[in-house]
Amino acid sequence: MSDVAAEAGRAEHAHEEHRDYEGAKLGMWLFLLSECMLFGGLFVLYAMYRADHPRAFSAGGSHMDAILGVANTLVLLTGSFAVASSITALQRGRRKLAMGLVGTTILTGVAFMIVKAVEWSGHIRQGYFPHSHLLQGKPGEQLFFSLYYVMTGLHGLHVIAGIAVLTAALILMARGKVTQEHFVFLENAALYWHLVDIIWIFLLPLFYLAA
Amino acid sequence: MTTSEAPPRAGAASYLEDHGRFSGIFGWIFSTDHKRIGILYLVSTLFFFFVGMSLGFLMRLQMLSPHGELFKNADYYNALFTLHGVIMIFLFIIPAVPGSLGNFFMPIMIGAKDVAFPRLNLLSWWLYVTGAVIALASLFGSGLPDTGWTFYAPYSLRTHADIPMAVFGVFVLGFSSILTGINFITTMHRMRAPGMGWFKMPLFPWALYATSWVQVLATPVLGITMLLIFVERIFHVGIFNPAMGGDPLLYQHLFWMYSHPAVYIMILPAMGLISEMIPTFAHRTIFGYGAIVWSSMGIALLGSLVWAHHMFTSGLSDAAATVFSLLTFLVAVPSAIKVFNWTATLYKGSIALEPPMLYALSFIFLFSVGGLTGLILGALALNVMLHDTYFVVAHFHYVIFGGAAFAFFGALHYWLPKMFGRMYNRSAAYIGWALLFTGFNLLYFTMFVLGVMGMPRRYAFYLPRFQTPQVIATVGSWIMIAGILVVFTNLIVSVFKGEKAGDNPWGGVTLEWQIPSPPPTENFLEPPTIPEKAYDFEGAFAS
Repeated sequence: MSDVAAEAGRAEHAHEEHRDYEGAKLGMWLFLLSECMLFGGLFVLYAMYRADHPRAFSAGGSHMDAILGVANTLVLLTGSFAVASSITALQRGRRKLAMGLVGTTILTGVAFMIVKAVEWSGHIRQGYFPHSHLLQGKPGEQLFFSLYYVMTGLHGLHVIAGIAVLTAALILMARGKVTQEHFVFLENAALYWHLVDIIWIFLLPLFYLAA
Repeated sequence: MTTSEAPPRAGAASYLEDHGRFSGIFGWIFSTDHKRIGILYLVSTLFFFFVGMSLGFLMRLQMLSPHGELFKNADYYNALFTLHGVIMIFLFIIPAVPGSLGNFFMPIMIGAKDVAFPRLNLLSWWLYVTGAVIALASLFGSGLPDTGWTFYAPYSLRTHADIPMAVFGVFVLGFSSILTGINFITTMHRMRAPGMGWFKMPLFPWALYATSWVQVLATPVLGITMLLIFVERIFHVGIFNPAMGGDPLLYQHLFWMYSHPAVYIMILPAMGLISEMIPTFAHRTIFGYGAIVWSSMGIALLGSLVWAHHMFTSGLSDAAATVFSLLTFLVAVPSAIKVFNWTATLYKGSIALEPPMLYALSFIFLFSVGGLTGLILGALALNVMLHDTYFVVAHFHYVIFGGAAFAFFGALHYWLPKMFGRMYNRSAAYIGWALLFTGFNLLYFTMFVLGVMGMPRRYAFYLPRFQTPQVIATVGSWIMIAGILVVFTNLIVSVFKGEKAGDNPWGGVTLEWQIPSPPPTENFLEPPTIPEKAYDFEGAFAS
């Protein structure tokens, strides 16, 4: 073997950066599947407890503000639409538009969290929180509110994580690392956002429309 | 290097020498090379194995006399069995085989350069370390953990011990396990070398494939359960607390929905290891390749449906108990298929009784004892009698130690020459195995007897009539630990001072034996020749 061949070998390895679009997406889908199982445990608990306490869950639901819940749903759906459009925009080379759409999604996420904070503080001000006096001796409603805080709280953490991932996508687009050719990061971030969205679609009827 | 051969190609140096961007210890803990990460897992999981073993040693000492040889206070014994369980399960046996041997050999065996997501792989190891540190930090909290590794509610909600810290550690460890699972599935889907079809894959990758699915689908359920205990303790939410309307039985359901499949996370990769060692040392192609593949997937599926057999005495309805008992019997079928296939492979084989083969054969024996006693426990009437006795402890250790850990130790004897290029002392390996096997059976078989006599598990003190078998079991534990020390002293010495092993000391035909020992960073210097079928010994001897 000559030096030339060795040099060629080295060059071959150098530009052989591993990129696998299908693989990256498969990995993301597997992760989403595990997220579904994470929330799945909570949905199982909800089903069991609701079957045990149908009246109390209905009473619990009457303390929820369905208008705020539906409004928040629309906010999330708008965000999902924007991030889905941003992929198409990026694929067609319209980077600025794509970045604007991702920015919109981030803003809808922030808006969602603000509404959520208003709701939570309202419930707490009214005295509906785990271990509160109002819920003493009402095991069913106690469970309803426990599940409400845990499930919407965990969902809220996912919204925050989604905002972080989308912000990362925005920065990578600005730096030219996520581009018209290599957009899988944005696509995976969008997939994650859709998961956050779809979990909320289930939470809405279970809590806000339970009355 | 003093050789005067051709100038080295990039990636041609052994992974042990090529430290990447960083040097020294940083060349290891920040390396994204699957082989280096495999070694990281090997060292860290074995470290925790020795910690867990020391705790087990103390537990056995306590059992020497009915009033407690070591402690007159049961709290310390409670802490011992809790820590022994948490460490051995979450820090040793779940991550050990996939993390170390899986990381090191799976990509090589399918002809890949690395896993699909090398950086995620490194993150998994870091999460493992973080989870371990958090879990152990709970020791220095408000009191020693005393719930057992199962963290059953409502006791885990009441005890003074720092349970939130411990369960958060377990949550982080679960996250590490999920990421490894995702990485492995994607690797096997996307990175197989050209010509390496699904049904040409060796059986260890196949076993890891089944395991990874369980890791991805079952671990999140444990994650949420641990998170709920955490939230209940910190924010006084009432999910499992009966005082607040919660149902502690639901905790048990959710816990075992993960933790039963988790025993298959422990045993499936081990079965894969056995399927590698048996054909190599019988010099014969594996019998029923397809049956072994499908039984792995069958175990992964059926194993997810049997969790409530841990709860037969908890007030489960008769109908539910009957269904779970039936499913438990069914899950024995794919395991038995594997045992038949391994023994059929031996038939008319040319068996070389090298150290790895001794472990593989012991695995078949010990795993069969463990599996058959599992059927005894799966029968409803017998379960009521044997529930929470030493019988359960013995059954579990036969399956997980006699099964999973024996396969792991055997595979270390099989692959250490490949990983480090050096051979251990065979006489010492035989002596170590003999002590380990003898001590193991003396310790755990006696526990079967104690269980039938009525000795409950997790008791710090016991009635005098149990003393003789308790002493026998403790003596067994000394012999076993002596064996383990011989085995690992031998292996560790060989890593540094062993004779050169050569590239294929056993005459194996899977891809890892086609490359140098220790493997180069890039694994394959030229594209590997994929055999016509897996374990083609006839083809290998013909050429």
